[in-house]
Amino acid sequence: MTSPAVMATLQVVVLVLVAAGAVLVVRTRERVRLVIALSVYGMLLAILFFVFQAPDVTLSELAVGAIALPLILLLAIAKVRKPE
Amino acid sequence: MTPKLRLWLFAIAAAGLVACYLWAFGGLPGFGNYPGPYGPEILKRAIPETNATGVVSAINFDYRGFDTIGEEFILFAAAAGMSVVLRRLRGEREQQQDRSPADEVMNRNVPPTSSPLRVATLVLVGPTALLGWWLATHAQTNPSGGFQGGVILASALMLVYLSGESIAFRRFSPVDLLDAAEAMGAGGFAAVGLAAIVQGLPFLDNYLPLGSSPGTVTSSGTIALISFLVGIEVAAAFILIVGELLEQTLLRQVRREGKS
Repeated sequence: MTSPAVMATLQVVVLVLVAAGAVLVVRTRERVRLVIALSVYGMLLAILFFVFQAPDVTLSELAVGAIALPLILLLAIAKVRKPE
Repeated sequence: MTPKLRLWLFAIAAAGLVACYLWAFGGLPGFGNYPGPYGPEILKRAIPETNATGVVSAINFDYRGFDTIGEEFILFAAAAGMSVVLRRLRGEREQQQDRSPADEVMNRNVPPTSSPLRVATLVLVGPTALLGWWLATHAQTNPSGGFQGGVILASALMLVYLSGESIAFRRFSPVDLLDAAEAMGAGGFAAVGLAAIVQGLPFLDNYLPLGSSPGTVTSSGTIALISFLVGIEVAAAFILIVGELLEQTLLRQVRREGKS
């Protein structure tokens, strides 16, 4: 078991990272980059849930936020993009 | 409205929001303190009542099974809707050449899949499929469940596609089989619930034998069964959605691979 102080520090660090990730997603303008940023953000959220001891939600977030959603968005972008 | 006035309006509104937010923040329970009665109660009851040590799954698939069946059918409707919108009839696709998106242009220059990517993805297919299967079948004992397992099971097939094996991707995921699997998963969930009504029990009541001891794979009755059915449904739905989006690309690559 890790000590409560270490856990609390880890929680704060991950919370700050998630906040920074959210800003990164909003500030990204180019569509494909935006999807990659969103995927990273999903990964960060999954780590956040894990650090806050919610492994079930971690798995869901990992599967949906970091894999499924970015993949479907990428495919949708490819669908609506016109040939150059 | 002048920009200056607009800025003032924003400043007033933002100050109000910050004040209300801080006020509400002061009324929150302390970090990690949960004041409601439901949490402690369910923690006390869940394992003796269901024999499932994965208490979150016990809530998802038993106590709140009714909510989960709603979510399940949202996904089912989404996959069915995408199929209706995107699945084209043969012959329909050739007429739209000039309007087709970039990924569907026949002579588009696709860079070949590099060997490291091909090896890395193919090596990961087996472990990923195993992990997904394990998650979908161990909801009763571990923090896992059909939703997560299903998506991970489906991403094993995405890896096959990513490795450039378009023909293998289609061979592993025939559309007819996926349609049937998706319907069976969603319908099976509803059937498990309705079977309780037939026996005179409430909808989605846990009527299967709970097993002798908590924490074993064969325990927890309908919880394990529903999780497995959800896993099948989610995996099929996700592969269907991605398959519909990829269909044109797949067709072209399969045709090209067939030629060479």
